Amino acid sequence: MSQSIGGIFILLEIRFHGRGGQGVVTSADVLAVAAFKEGFYTLSFPTFGAEKRGTPVASFLRVSDRPVVLRDEIYEPDYVVVLDPTVMESVNVVSGLKEGGFVVANYPREKELEEKLGVKVFAINATKLAMEYLGRPITNTVMVGAFAGLTGLVRLETLRETILEWFSKKGEEIANKNADLVEKAYRMLEERRGEVKELGLKLPELVVQK
Amino acid sequence: MMRVVRGFYAVAHSVKLCRPDVICAYPITPQSEIVENIAQMYANGELGNCEYITAESEFGAASILVGASATGARTYTATCSQGLILMSEVLWCAAGMRLPIVLTIANRSLSAPLSIWNDHQDSMAMRDAGIIQMYVENNQEVHDMMPQAFKIAENHKVMLPMMVCMDGYKLTHAYEPVDLLSQEMVDEFLPPYDPPVKMTTKEPYTFGSYATPASYMEFRAAVYRAMDRSRKVIEDVYKEWAEVSGRDWGGHIVAENCEDADVCVMAMGSLVGLAREVTKEMRDEGKKVGFIKIRTFRPFPAKEIAKAVDNAEKVIVFERSLSMGSDAPVTLDVKSAIHKKAIDVYSPVVGLGGRDVPHKLVKSVVEEVMENRVEPGTYFRGLKDCEEVIV
Repeated sequence: MSQSIGGIFILLEIRFHGRGGQGVVTSADVLAVAAFKEGFYTLSFPTFGAEKRGTPVASFLRVSDRPVVLRDEIYEPDYVVVLDPTVMESVNVVSGLKEGGFVVANYPREKELEEKLGVKVFAINATKLAMEYLGRPITNTVMVGAFAGLTGLVRLETLRETILEWFSKKGEEIANKNADLVEKAYRMLEERRGEVKELGLKLPELVVQK
Repeated sequence: MMRVVRGFYAVAHSVKLCRPDVICAYPITPQSEIVENIAQMYANGELGNCEYITAESEFGAASILVGASATGARTYTATCSQGLILMSEVLWCAAGMRLPIVLTIANRSLSAPLSIWNDHQDSMAMRDAGIIQMYVENNQEVHDMMPQAFKIAENHKVMLPMMVCMDGYKLTHAYEPVDLLSQEMVDEFLPPYDPPVKMTTKEPYTFGSYATPASYMEFRAAVYRAMDRSRKVIEDVYKEWAEVSGRDWGGHIVAENCEDADVCVMAMGSLVGLAREVTKEMRDEGKKVGFIKIRTFRPFPAKEIAKAVDNAEKVIVFERSLSMGSDAPVTLDVKSAIHKKAIDVYSPVVGLGGRDVPHKLVKSVVEEVMENRVEPGTYFRGLKDCEEVIV
């Protein structure tokens, strides 16, 4: 079930890795809501190793221009997002990564990680940013912003709106902090979108045309 | 209004619109968030006069609902796995007492070994209880099914409990777009429950009383006949729903491309979308493959299936549970439905205890049958090499 660019339909498959408690599941879910707001069909779902904080967790996001019917796990992702810098020691996060795909990772040293994984990595120190803005090492907001900024899958204003809605139950202050953080990460990686093209890597064909 | 929501919410929102009188539940993964969502609605005052009761166990929850239903209340619960089999003693009673309790089952495997993940073993264990069972393929379908379930169960020709089965995690935990129903539409479709008999303090009745050999058999025959009558009621409700909602999920089964198919593939639950996609792909490759989605499992749509596979040489039934010592449950019914025809039945058992069923696996299973590389019967696919040690 590969995407048929220029064909009948396009399916983007994105896999998220991290550990329980970091918001791995929420990352895929927030992007599912935001991408739907942009007019795409979406489906996100998690897989849990165990119901415990700290164990490796993966979640999956499919974005398409038609209703998503595939519900199996994603074995050949277009992109991989890694929320935890240590999960790569026990999980092969780049397994099945499609040609032209890349990894967006929470990691302090980009070159080092590229050598380790053997694929193009766009790194952002999400733990540091999360501590700065939220005071807690929950990295999902940064990584959602970074991925959306780099790929342009979702516009910044749509993502901000989604984040504000998502965190509204936790109060205005927390919602605003997360919205500011998502904007910070979005803008940081948006600047690097040109690099993706220069390297001959793939940007989503589903880029919003509005 | 189309919104991206989680499976839990798709169920809870729809149950709320059905205006239940009594909801009683006990949390169990991966069902818990269905009743947590409903409990929150109750706490927010969104459930009108509904009583929401947290029981001390699933046994208690089912027992409370039996009492409530006997007083003429519209009743609902959600559960799965160990919770469902803990309820089972009471649910058999509910069926025998002809109480139309509606349940959502977030399908999960049974112990041992302990697993919180998805297969169909829990609801299959309730196969013979006299409870109507249907399986959904996505969260829009489960959202649409809840008002239909009340309407079917509460029909005076039926008066049986009904389970709407959704795959745990695969559906309960998935976010996807769902067109949320409005109160007006559900009110128009689903009238208030009109119990044929109801117990009050002034007019007491006995439900499920002691039946000697002089009368027990007639009560059981009545349940059997009610289940049989439900076939028509269910079909009519499915049709009415298609008309009022504009979403036609089909009848007891949905057969696609079966007329000229050599091989018909059958599946239930969240595997349906993927299996349908695979068979379409194979059609495009020129292979004569058809697909059948089984929606209603009890009563079993034997006639519909026999008709749909009439021209096939082989059928493949993707099984998500086992019946130890025999064919898997769906296969047993399929074989019974087509026993007069010379059709080979292949029963690949896949995805037990939450093991993922990848697109490629489904395709390879269909291909090996088409290419005569496997014998008919029950076999496992997606199973690791493992050695049993007998000491």
